[in-house]
Amino acid sequence: MFAYAPVVIANTRYESTMFLVQKIFYFHFASWMAWAAAIGVCGIASAVYLFRADPRGDRLAVAGAELAILFGAFGLVTGSLWGRKAWGVWWQWDARLTMALMAELIFVGYLLVRKYGGPGAEKLAAGMGIFGAATTPFIYKSVDWWRTIHPQTSVVRNLGETAPDMYGAMLFCTVAFLLLFASLLTVRVHLESRRAELDRLYLALEDQP
Amino acid sequence: MTRGLCVAIVFLFLAGAPVLAGQQPATEGFVPASELPPDQQLPAAPFLIGAYAFIWLALVFYLWTIWRRLGKVEQEMRALDERQRSHAR
Repeated sequence: MFAYAPVVIANTRYESTMFLVQKIFYFHFASWMAWAAAIGVCGIASAVYLFRADPRGDRLAVAGAELAILFGAFGLVTGSLWGRKAWGVWWQWDARLTMALMAELIFVGYLLVRKYGGPGAEKLAAGMGIFGAATTPFIYKSVDWWRTIHPQTSVVRNLGETAPDMYGAMLFCTVAFLLLFASLLTVRVHLESRRAELDRLYLALEDQP
Repeated sequence: MTRGLCVAIVFLFLAGAPVLAGQQPATEGFVPASELPPDQQLPAAPFLIGAYAFIWLALVFYLWTIWRRLGKVEQEMRALDERQRSHAR
């Protein structure tokens, strides 16, 4: 589905004011949807780990955080390229863009805390994961609350009525990205499980007489 | 009297300034990006191709890092398994 997405996008009609460059939208929007899913997974799994001390929550949270950085980078870079053509600038310090960058940095911080935080860093990182996830609704609504050059949320809502084929392509790409996210999450959690198994083996070896 | 007149003039000036500012015509020299001559406009294709290429390349790189990390863990597990077996003998 992800591999077929460019074909779907190529067959979608051009938007009347931005023409070709508007086609960045399909992967840009889908990246942010996958990013929101990754952040949601990280936040919920962090809460599970923090309040129930379930190690599976920790594995899921770290996988979610890493994917949040990946999909966030997709969204920021594609947005920057689109903005350069549509707005004439690579970057604008407006509410939506700045908040999205801050959220990205929170999850970079999450991984840095886990890597260099020493013993107990997982719990500190879990706290960061919860607060990072709490930023999502603010980032989503920022374009409606503050004056910004980024289009408002109503643009996507109205797309179904104004341009159903574009809306269809957008949904196709979003589903493709969410499936890609689910696949990557599975692989990444598997890696964490194998690491946990390795740690358990090391401890068992140390306990042997 | 003179002081009162001065205050009234200053007040009128200050109160009228925003109104006058509001009536100013649009800044001259501004041209919307879409109305630029073709040779001054940025071509769209490199941005579109760049955006899609970045996503594909970053994805391939990320998958490679996972594959590498997983390979390292598996290798370490095999080495540990062998150590355990030789220890048991």
